[in-house]
Amino acid sequence: MHASVRPAVSVNIPPTTVTSTVSRDSAAALSMRMTISKVNFYYGSKQSLFDISMGIATNKVTALIGPSGCGKSTLLRTLNRMHETISNARLEGEIQLDGQDILKQDVTAHRRRVGMVFQRPNPFPKSIFDNVAYGLRINGSKAPIAESVEKSLRHAALWDEVKDHLHKSAYELSGGQQQRLCIARALAVEPEVLLLDEPCSALDPISTAKIEELLVQLKDLCTIVIVTHNMQQAARVSDFTAFLLVGQLIEFSPTPQLFTTPGDPRTEAYITGRFG
Amino acid sequence: MLTMTGVCAFVSVSVLFLILGYLVVHGGTSVDWNFFTKLPAPVGETGGGMANAIVGSGKLLLLATLFGVPIGFLGAIYLAEFSGSKMGFVVRYAADLLNGVPSIVIGIFAYALAVLPFKHFSTLAGGFALGLMMIPITLRSTEEFLRSVPVALREGAMALGASKWKTIATVIVPAAYRGILTAVLLAFARVAGETAPLLFTALGNRYWSPGWNQPTASLPTMIYSYALSPYEDWHRQAWAAGLVLLGLILVINIVARGILSRGISASRS
Repeated sequence: MHASVRPAVSVNIPPTTVTSTVSRDSAAALSMRMTISKVNFYYGSKQSLFDISMGIATNKVTALIGPSGCGKSTLLRTLNRMHETISNARLEGEIQLDGQDILKQDVTAHRRRVGMVFQRPNPFPKSIFDNVAYGLRINGSKAPIAESVEKSLRHAALWDEVKDHLHKSAYELSGGQQQRLCIARALAVEPEVLLLDEPCSALDPISTAKIEELLVQLKDLCTIVIVTHNMQQAARVSDFTAFLLVGQLIEFSPTPQLFTTPGDPRTEAYITGRFG
Repeated sequence: MLTMTGVCAFVSVSVLFLILGYLVVHGGTSVDWNFFTKLPAPVGETGGGMANAIVGSGKLLLLATLFGVPIGFLGAIYLAEFSGSKMGFVVRYAADLLNGVPSIVIGIFAYALAVLPFKHFSTLAGGFALGLMMIPITLRSTEEFLRSVPVALREGAMALGASKWKTIATVIVPAAYRGILTAVLLAFARVAGETAPLLFTALGNRYWSPGWNQPTASLPTMIYSYALSPYEDWHRQAWAAGLVLLGLILVINIVARGILSRGISASRS
């Protein structure tokens, strides 16, 4: 990586064109839940995102793909400001949620609106019930907790498997169940956007299939952004796909278009498995 | 060479059993009901017990825990969660040095700070001295256990909108509490047998010590003075006190290890 110097690689489709392509191709006019404008991101002096601009369509699944180290997880983490937990991280540019600059909001309030599920299931060492109720309790939610917990577990397609032992430790669940529990935990605070950082990378194929199926249903509930290194997964679950390479947004199109008629030779090279 | 190392390993283990056996042989028969319930007999008479020293040790350790554990615990939270690397290094280094300060020096320090200004020895001063010794032990081991809580759990809580303090209070400390409890118990066991810091602070007492402002008896100082005495009966009781003290420390250690191993198996399953 050349630090702080922008590599002279041309991005074939400028962000503005990208958005218009997206709008043209979808039947209904798309509203954007989030917009990312000219985001540059640095770890210390090392730049890891270069001038990224894209929109996150409301109630759609947007996938971020690209080889390891391309910045897709970094981009995802900026959306709920998790990058701020790293001391020397720096973000330039603007990210909006419903037209408001997220960097100007209270960070804890923002994270309630933009939930996140991580690469490895990370349930708290508490009961299944307390895991899901956690977000409600710390935020002093007035909603009846037991009902919200049931609703969230149903949304995460986990209710039938755990309803008889809600007070068992979350560690007694299988990996796939734990990940769905983490999804339920994130859904409980009713976020507008749900971010998923390679949520299936630690799971077996059957658990993966369950979660993919779940994501397609969940988009009625909230807007979804998923990072995945698995192109088939992106093709199966997402409406839009963004392809990143060494910190740059190479291509951002409706998923079928990106996988059938990629507009950039590098996208084509990646999706046909020539690198990555 | 193999034989040498084996013999050395055997020697290190056998020292504990030798001490334990010696204490049982010399003190075992004297650990009776009287030992736990009676005051020391007047000089020249045989019999009596160490009830006042047992209660005194309890009071001193209670004070030490109330003083040392909160400071060590909160300091550890600062170290593990907030300090930068420079500040963390300074605090950690200072704690390690404090841990290495000879206990007699801690005793003199507590004497200057908590005895001289009030012009009398007291339970409070003794508790203060022992509490000082508990701070670095609690601090360092609590910090280790807080640090061992996976980053994924912190991120999980923060991604749900928990502030840093809420994350610490509701996720990190609960996830580490078995370890922290173990650390506190081990610090407690470590100071339970300390004599030197008590010699100029709690002093000793042949009677009950009412309240917190009087000199008080304690098991270690009792052993010290009884063992140096010329009376055969006192020697017998010093052995008994030693056995009781060692037994207490062993039990605390075993309980602490039990808590810790259960915690580990629970989080792995």
